[in-house]
Amino acid sequence: METFIGKSIKRREDDRFLKGAGRYTDDIKLKGMTHSAFVRSPYAHANIISIDVSEAQNMEGVVAVFTGNDACGAFGVPCGWQVDFKNGETMREPLHPLLAKDVIRHVGEAVAIVIAETQELARDAAELVKVKYKGLPAVTDPKKAMEAGAPKVHDQWPDNAAFDWCIGNDRAAVEAALANAHHVTEMEYKNHRVAPNAIEPRSYIASYDVNVDKYTLYTSTQNPHLIRLLLCAFALGIPEHKVRIVSYDVGGGFGSKIYHYTEEALLTWASKEIGRPIKWTSDRSEAFLTDAHGRDHVVHSKMGFDKEGKIVAHLTDEYCALGAYLSTFAPAVPTYLHGTLFQGVYTTPLIHLNVVAPFTHTVAVDAYRGAGRPEATYLLERMLSKAAKEMNMDPAELRFKNFIPPFDGVTQPGFQTQVALQYDSGNYEGVLKRGLEMLGYEDFRKEQAEARKNGKLLGVGISTYIEGCGIAPSAVVGALGARAGLYEVGHVRVQPTGKVSVFTGAHSHGQGHETVFAQFVADKLGIAMDDVDIVHGDTDQVAFGMGTYGSRSLSVGGSAIIKSIDKILEKGAKIAAHKLEAAEEDLVYAEGKWTVKGTDKSISFGDVSLTAYVPHDYPEGLEPGLDFSSFYDPSNFTYPFGTHIAVVEVCADTGKVTLQRFVACDDVGNVMNPMIVDGQIHGGVVQGVGQALLEEVVYDDEGQMITGSYMDYAMPRADDIPMIETDRTVTPCPHNPLGVKGAGEAGAIGSTPAVVNAVVDALAHLGVTDIQMPVTPQRVWKAMQN
Amino acid sequence: MQITMKINGQTYSHDVEPRISLAQYLRETVDLTGTHIGCDTSGCGACTVHVDGAAVKSCTLLAVQVNGSEITTIEGMANGSELHPIQEGFKEHHGLQCGFCTPGMVMTAADILKNNPNPSEAEIREGLEGNFCRCTGYHNIVKSIQHAAEKLNA
Repeated sequence: METFIGKSIKRREDDRFLKGAGRYTDDIKLKGMTHSAFVRSPYAHANIISIDVSEAQNMEGVVAVFTGNDACGAFGVPCGWQVDFKNGETMREPLHPLLAKDVIRHVGEAVAIVIAETQELARDAAELVKVKYKGLPAVTDPKKAMEAGAPKVHDQWPDNAAFDWCIGNDRAAVEAALANAHHVTEMEYKNHRVAPNAIEPRSYIASYDVNVDKYTLYTSTQNPHLIRLLLCAFALGIPEHKVRIVSYDVGGGFGSKIYHYTEEALLTWASKEIGRPIKWTSDRSEAFLTDAHGRDHVVHSKMGFDKEGKIVAHLTDEYCALGAYLSTFAPAVPTYLHGTLFQGVYTTPLIHLNVVAPFTHTVAVDAYRGAGRPEATYLLERMLSKAAKEMNMDPAELRFKNFIPPFDGVTQPGFQTQVALQYDSGNYEGVLKRGLEMLGYEDFRKEQAEARKNGKLLGVGISTYIEGCGIAPSAVVGALGARAGLYEVGHVRVQPTGKVSVFTGAHSHGQGHETVFAQFVADKLGIAMDDVDIVHGDTDQVAFGMGTYGSRSLSVGGSAIIKSIDKILEKGAKIAAHKLEAAEEDLVYAEGKWTVKGTDKSISFGDVSLTAYVPHDYPEGLEPGLDFSSFYDPSNFTYPFGTHIAVVEVCADTGKVTLQRFVACDDVGNVMNPMIVDGQIHGGVVQGVGQALLEEVVYDDEGQMITGSYMDYAMPRADDIPMIETDRTVTPCPHNPLGVKGAGEAGAIGSTPAVVNAVVDALAHLGVTDIQMPVTPQRVWKAMQN
Repeated sequence: MQITMKINGQTYSHDVEPRISLAQYLRETVDLTGTHIGCDTSGCGACTVHVDGAAVKSCTLLAVQVNGSEITTIEGMANGSELHPIQEGFKEHHGLQCGFCTPGMVMTAADILKNNPNPSEAEIREGLEGNFCRCTGYHNIVKSIQHAAEKLNA
């Protein structure tokens, strides 16, 4: 019988996308639908003196104009994670209003919404809204935001801090170990701000049906149920059972579509006010100004080593920007998703991280592919390579010296870190060995030395990362400040004919769930993949769910489905035993049928399903039907790891960096579909390379974004990137039924420091020890001249 | 302004505002929503269609500018349920993830192969220079186009 797990099955979702038949939100048209446009602030910080909407309101074709002075002005979107100050003071949590009423706190903040018969009319009318502002000084850099006298983002508090936080060992102990260390490596840099840039801009359609008293919100989101909960219970105070959230096809997320945005709540509110559906689709300029960004940490770090090169202590202080308001998961990103990974893959005995997280006059910073882990990995991996240079050691050798030894988490216990987490299983030296072999490391070093003699600047950079996915269990994340559980729901409905509908709370926006989930469901049930349908993205169909982010879909969402399959097979066995007149314990289930051991008596899955729904000859006391839903709350995070190695050539005349090779050996646990895992790694790697070489969101001193379009913000294009050389080792996750760890973010976590390490390596003989990202030709050229 | 054009072999005639882009016209008026809009500076290429046989970013042209032209969109590439060799290449080599940039990629790929039936990897990458993909890292898109080139040359 054909099985599917572990095979590169082609995606069943592809045909509709390839034929232009995707169902993205902006593709949807509802009867009587209106269109909307926002009036947005050109100031980063200002007082609103007056808003005059009269001319816009009177324009033909305009349906309504709302400002913060209307009823919606009282509503705001909530934050989903609370991190309190070290001294016990509660996190400072300002109202994040749907429309600014008195004060503007970032460029692009919405002041009014104009609703009209067509998109063009809405935009025309928006230009007629007259807003008088009084501009005020702004601060956009997180460290400057904490300086005395810095412009305040929220006047009600004495300074800009939303919270501060620390993790790890006692600071004094870490400082003492650093003072006694044989060698200390120090780094000061900015892990700069980047924009996620899903190619589909955010898009929403809100509709209120007065006849059934029900709202429907079509939205480009990564987590429909979470949006419903936040929208109903926190933003608008409307009944949750009267709201349906639909997100069919979503054109990429990378974190930016996790959050509950103000526009979603405002459109939902306004749709009832005007009694008609309203659509809003962001344009790219608005996306740059209003989608949550990633990173933006100012870092000062020291790592101490003994004579042999063993790490003895690591101390880091960071300023991490949050933006003007707290986005849904923002407080978790520079704290529990970041500091908890400071152990890396090393045995470091003493670690301390201190974080100050201020408000800034910018759009929010929240989780962007990797969320906190890329920032931790960048720090550790740059630090290790810088230290190796300083101690005149090979960067691979220094890593081998410091690795946590292999452990499988079954016969050997998990690894307890100094920063709260317990790793599940790992073989960190295994991925580095394989990565070096894939590259031909020793040969490359010879080639590099030869090239240098000829004035050619080649460099190699290594990064050995670990990350944490599928964060859980709910009780633990609750204790860390999460205001939601982080389980997942898997509902398996066997139809009377034995066909199977699976409803998952995970959401696919490129990851291929419709294919991968069907692969393991078909295998576990011993049926054809064609007999399995995967349903997601509609709160009226899927019972509940927490959505897709943090590489959690398979490890958490997949496990919930497995739980329901187990229940189906358990009940099915009772029906089979009855029909076969045998004892349940005498039955085995394989290849889609229950067979009485040692006989050829069997009954198929389809026949059992039919019996469950037509229960004429049926076990006494057993409920009809074959339909189970399960909640799966994992016992731990999963911890994928890997080695990424970059080879670059630097042009000696211009400083331009060319990425020549990129080698990735990742361990994501068991693999359901190698083709899809490779694709996830490729995409993640290139986003990480983008941050290293090209991408940066820049705000000027007045808080104007000067990289707000594709003419100014440099994302990797096809000719910036070589083919990505991938391989993997497999260390199964010991605590979930599929043994999977997650592959969505790994690429973006491991790649960035590998590239910067390679550039610094290419220039090391010129005395270059560090370069600020993104490593643009100008920065490289300047570094070479110094 | 009244315009008439042939789109995927069918003739359409509409009275449109002169300021409407071809991309908007295709999506809003003709209801061909396979052509996507990902930016406002002609930078992303998601809106790429063929105008009189050449790949063009349809957000950059006004609908009235292509009055009388023949347009092919992503909806015109497959032959019923049979995918075009380029579409087949993308499926075979996992050249798409979220699918949003895909229509533009396929239309650009067709243009690359029309002008150069045997492109090198570097030529394919250069040809894709006007199209962003944020999901695939381009690796599998390049392989998809190589697959299509082989298939079309067979």
